[in-house]
Amino acid sequence: MELAVISGKGGTGKSSVTAAFATLGEKLVVADCDVDAANLYLLFNPEHDTEQVYIGGHKAVVDHSLCTVCGICESYCRFDAIREVEGKIIISETSCDGCFFCSRICPTDAITMVRSDKSRMYSGTFRNGMMVYGRLAPGEENSGKLVSMVRDEAKRVAAEKGMSTILLDGPPGIGCPVISTVTGVDRIVIVTEPTMSGLADLKRVHEVACKFTSEVGVIINKADLNEAMADRIDGWCTAQGSAILGRLPFDRRVTEAMVAGKSITEMHPDTEISKTITDIWNKLLTDGKE
Amino acid sequence: MKIAVASGKGGTGKTFVATNLFNVLSGRGERVTLVDCDADAPDDLLFFPAEKISETEVTHQVPVINKDACTWCGRCSNWCNYNAIFYVPTAKVIEVIENLCHGCGACSFACNSDAITEKPVVLGTVTSFRTDRGYPLVEARLRVNEMSPVRVIKAAIKEAGEDGVVILDSPPGTSCPFIQTVDRADYVLLVTEPTPFGLSDLRQSVETLRTMNKQCGVIINRADIGDSGVKNYLREEQIPLLGVINYGTDIARSYSEGRLITEESEIMTGFFAGIADKIISEHGTGSN
Repeated sequence: MELAVISGKGGTGKSSVTAAFATLGEKLVVADCDVDAANLYLLFNPEHDTEQVYIGGHKAVVDHSLCTVCGICESYCRFDAIREVEGKIIISETSCDGCFFCSRICPTDAITMVRSDKSRMYSGTFRNGMMVYGRLAPGEENSGKLVSMVRDEAKRVAAEKGMSTILLDGPPGIGCPVISTVTGVDRIVIVTEPTMSGLADLKRVHEVACKFTSEVGVIINKADLNEAMADRIDGWCTAQGSAILGRLPFDRRVTEAMVAGKSITEMHPDTEISKTITDIWNKLLTDGKE
Repeated sequence: MKIAVASGKGGTGKTFVATNLFNVLSGRGERVTLVDCDADAPDDLLFFPAEKISETEVTHQVPVINKDACTWCGRCSNWCNYNAIFYVPTAKVIEVIENLCHGCGACSFACNSDAITEKPVVLGTVTSFRTDRGYPLVEARLRVNEMSPVRVIKAAIKEAGEDGVVILDSPPGTSCPFIQTVDRADYVLLVTEPTPFGLSDLRQSVETLRTMNKQCGVIINRADIGDSGVKNYLREEQIPLLGVINYGTDIARSYSEGRLITEESEIMTGFFAGIADKIISEHGTGSN
């Protein structure tokens, strides 16, 4: 079973919940698909068996000794990346989308495309199985492609080690890396929080999630911060036909566990929050095997 | 001047800081605009009673291939760097996969037989609002199931213009949506939390901003829940710490209900006013 944890809104507790799931017993493959801001490795200290370079994309670079400043590239670029400044063609690295169009139409072949090769994918072992994660170099594009690479590696490792569960820690938002994370998974867990923003973002990410599987469940984290709002979220989910998997209380010990490099279920297994997370995970595993 | 409120990690309090800064400045009658650049998850509007002024759809051009005119030369497919043209000449199959298309226009230029025309596809919307106090709020909103918010974010920042102080509430992460937002900022206010996750993402944001030569300062939110890692890092790297906000159930509750703490607490109003004044006096362009 491949299960993805996502949230829409950032910081609702996706990684803390994923870390707890990943350390509850059954050996598994955990894959950090939040390649923009990978964090789970901080708790799991995986031993790297492999490191692979990920080519995120390309950036156009001008050779000024060949450029005649004809301006054709500037007029065709649809990403506003090319400008003539004081008689010189300047290509903005941050705006360039890497489409190759300018390099193909330059009459003097003054533009070359340079590969972005600073992003990495790692895989190795951690204390409860295998871990795969990607780290996108700052400012790089095509994070969805790196997510796909991480997921392929996770599947390969799972087959090799005979592990049947793959747990994906997803990125926030609803765009490309999220869609890459949930495409083809068996189950999606959305972690939300009882705030207006949490609910607004939940609605958007839920719409995306439901395109990919009918097995979408919701966890309301820090539910006791605003029980009335949690009830509202509960009602909305029920009306959508998505199960509320559980409500977790706000508990400072989750952060204390993170500081200690542990999941909450490892550090404080007998707390209410740990027990609820354990029940949710056991149910997800049982349902997944049916 | 443009101030981007950003953070690598999600959920550290960007929107909380951006909306309250905007509220404090508009409460004082200063010229200020708030731009919600978190197009994946735009929430700023939840905090202000506002009237919609205008709405623009942000589109890009995707190819439409006329099979009758196609000579099966394959140039369009070769020129496409996004694998968005599925091409099997032997079976006379050529299809555009619109989800993969970035709208660069290379294929229609590449086509030798005028078989490619283009049509607009909506990526999202930029909506201008006026708050009940009469201040502009611009929202970038990615359409659900679209891949990239970058064009929508750029259009929203352009729509906001240059008048007075423009606050950009940034998307999380450090990849293209973040870069597009902070690229246009004169100053970046980073909001973090004092945890290992917060520190790791803060470090990545700072390193990215340094390569872009951007000035930045930091607010530590929920400062009393975590460890000293972030403070030590800021000291070592000589990054200005502009303020700390301790966790409070009153703050959490007011935020959860879509209210502004600067409407409820004089201390917090003074806190945000102090931060705004410091940034504007030290980094303002002076022209405004």
